Amino acid sequence: MPRVDQEEMLGNGKDIICAKCDIPLKVGHVTLGYVGTTFPVDLFKCLECGLVYIPSGLARGSMVEVERALEDK
Amino acid sequence: MDTQQFHEMEAKCTRENLPRCAAACPIHVDARGIMAAVRKGDFSKGYALFARTAPFPGIISRVCDHPCQEACKRVEAGGGLAINALERACRDFNAKPLIKNNLIPNKDKKVAVVGAGISGLTVALNLSYKGYKLTVFDASREFGGRLLKIPEATLPRQIIADDFEILTKLGVQAKFGVTVGNTDGADVLFNDLLAEFDAVYLGLGQIKAADFALGLELDSDGCIRIDPVTLGTSNPKVFAGGSYRQDSSELSLINAVSDGKSAAVSIDRVLQGAGATLHTNRTNEGPQPTRLFTSMEGIEPLPVVSMVDPGEGYTREEATEEAERCLDCQCAECMKLCEYMQHYKAPPRTLAMWIFKNMSGVGGHKFNQLMNSCSMCRLCESVCQDDFSMADISREARETLVSIGKMPPSAFDFALQDLKYSNSDAFAMAKHEPGFSKSEIMFYPGCQLSGSAPGQVISVYSFLRKKIKDGVGLMLGCCGAQADWAGEKETFAETIQSIKAEWERMGKPKVILGCPTCVMIFKNNMPDISAEFLCSFIDRIGLPEIPPAESYTLALHDSCTTRYEREIQDSVRNILRQLGHNIEEFKTSRELTECCGFGGLMQISNKDLAHRVVDRRINESDKDYVTYCAMCRDNFTNRGKKTYHLLDLIFTDETGKIAARPPVGYSQRHENRARLKTTLLREIWGEAVQDRQAPVKLVISDKLSSLMEDSLIMVSDLQQVVDYAERTGNKLQNTVNGHFLASYKPAFVTYWVEYSAGEDGFVVHDAYSHRIVINATDHGITPEQPGQCPVFSSLT
Repeated sequence: MPRVDQEEMLGNGKDIICAKCDIPLKVGHVTLGYVGTTFPVDLFKCLECGLVYIPSGLARGSMVEVERALEDK
Repeated sequence: MDTQQFHEMEAKCTRENLPRCAAACPIHVDARGIMAAVRKGDFSKGYALFARTAPFPGIISRVCDHPCQEACKRVEAGGGLAINALERACRDFNAKPLIKNNLIPNKDKKVAVVGAGISGLTVALNLSYKGYKLTVFDASREFGGRLLKIPEATLPRQIIADDFEILTKLGVQAKFGVTVGNTDGADVLFNDLLAEFDAVYLGLGQIKAADFALGLELDSDGCIRIDPVTLGTSNPKVFAGGSYRQDSSELSLINAVSDGKSAAVSIDRVLQGAGATLHTNRTNEGPQPTRLFTSMEGIEPLPVVSMVDPGEGYTREEATEEAERCLDCQCAECMKLCEYMQHYKAPPRTLAMWIFKNMSGVGGHKFNQLMNSCSMCRLCESVCQDDFSMADISREARETLVSIGKMPPSAFDFALQDLKYSNSDAFAMAKHEPGFSKSEIMFYPGCQLSGSAPGQVISVYSFLRKKIKDGVGLMLGCCGAQADWAGEKETFAETIQSIKAEWERMGKPKVILGCPTCVMIFKNNMPDISAEFLCSFIDRIGLPEIPPAESYTLALHDSCTTRYEREIQDSVRNILRQLGHNIEEFKTSRELTECCGFGGLMQISNKDLAHRVVDRRINESDKDYVTYCAMCRDNFTNRGKKTYHLLDLIFTDETGKIAARPPVGYSQRHENRARLKTTLLREIWGEAVQDRQAPVKLVISDKLSSLMEDSLIMVSDLQQVVDYAERTGNKLQNTVNGHFLASYKPAFVTYWVEYSAGEDGFVVHDAYSHRIVINATDHGITPEQPGQCPVFSSLT
């Protein structure tokens, strides 16, 4: 099972702002979940409105592997 | 699918049946393995394989009555292999020690063997290996019995001595020059043996036992009654066999050896206190039938290699040459043709077992993808003499997983959404021809032909209306094949029900099907609906007037879903000939045709494998291809092979010019279906159809389109994201390049778009998706196992 490094989780989040609230995203707690399993992670999100940022590298990388691993459990 | 069902299905594969040689041999010598070793010139390995099964390899290699040779498949092409002579060559050229130092356990039980012939000595040898104390009684002065009467030239005494040396090494006691019986003249009383020994084996040879007064039950011929399986007698301690129970005209050394091996198994069980299981698991002893299939295709007849000096046996070179004639019997007919089996590098029964394990959940579901990757094309079933079907096993397993809620959502969700779309108001409809209140026939083009070639659907419908005067209805929708392949029994049944209901509402007309997959689904699931494949129907009623302007030589690809439909295949060929085209046949055509990668939804669940399947097929001929299934056409075209749909050749433009259509992707197919319906309603039924609300206009590069196609992301998914983001303002922005980032989750998948405003619409810079849910607890995911994900939890 691969380990997800911080870089993949956060991506270029420091460059991203919430367009609605017009404030930079900050790293905060997010609960992800899939097929009956939930897991807390830290991701860039808007601390005002809660909008979460999933970088493309994370979606195309570890997220796919985790989805597969959870499905095949 | 329960265990029994599964075993019935997998047992159809006879690949693991013994080859004919080993099956005919009562002790199942691995002649095929020996031949393979000899072919490589490895006589020592050949000898080791032989000695593993044959208790006295020197003797047996000289004087075996070799039933294997008559059973050999080579009999059909030049003569059975000289297996016995090759066994002798292995003994002659073996370079390793004849006797191995085995670790022998020590048991205190004692066994008497009466008769020092080959069966008795086999009992003595096999039980000595297990640690029992053996004593052999014989009236003569040495081991060998009947063997000693064989001429020296045929069976040298040194060979006998070498083979029997092991008996001495193992401590087998010999009592020579003694007779055994309960009569006055006997040197040893049989009843004393029974008292002193824990078990007795009688290998009496070709004599009558009545004279010995052994007190055992006799048959009507006055012979000891012997159980043919266990070799037991009326006394549970006494076993008997060998040439004693053979007809004097059909004496068989190897059957006597086999008796010895079987008796040893029985005696061991009795002495271990397992006498109650004497009959259990004995079916593999003695000669047995085999159903292993061996193809004789391309096998040239070759005569048996003769020996320069028959007295000396084969030379190394002669032996190797003779072993080259071995057909190496093994059935791999399906594996030779199936890309799926080749990809997973496993024989069919192993794959079946993995699928069953995956279905049962033993050790998790790690074979999900394997289970979901079979194209269910039935090529394995078609090529197999026993109709072994990976398709049936896969479907059963998929249905089971769906029913217990363990089917991975990512496996077939895309295809099921596609089915839902095709049977929604966006595409589905059923109407009589304008001006008619009933339909003589009803055209059902199917979702894929409509998605791939909407123009041809319109041409066909116009053509049919011209030809058929009593009303041609039209029904748009999907036959449900995708649900059937995905193991979604309920969805599939609902789809079939609603098709039937619409067909009844339309007055039960004959249905003309535009897609071979629909033909399969209708035939198997709606037998009460009279249906015919479009091309067969056109072949019967006659082609359109316009003759084609060009004539091609085309490689004809048959559809896998109609591999058994000879009439369809014939009518397609007939049409092509009428159109003036030359047909190039594939080696695997008609019932042996290959899948295009869409079958079984392989393309959705295992894209890379599906690409391999397509690529293999499109490289089988350098001619342009023609097919009569829209998915085959699209898959071949999308991978770069110029491929016509048969309808492209029939329905040319006014000048007869034939045009090969460009590739069509998933998004285009949806769009085509919706547009087809709108066009038909407007142009044929004259209905005022309102345009759908114009979707957000997106500009997407070819490169990104192709990436989206691979990731099963459709343009309409991205339009929803941008529409949502622009409507609600819920979007992020990259401060470096100014691009917006937004996501939207219409059903199960969250889609992301990186975009910016452009002159012709929104320019899409990137698009990706994931199934993992953000803020899972807000989305109803019950945290059954919070924090159990070993990847993500490591960061918190």
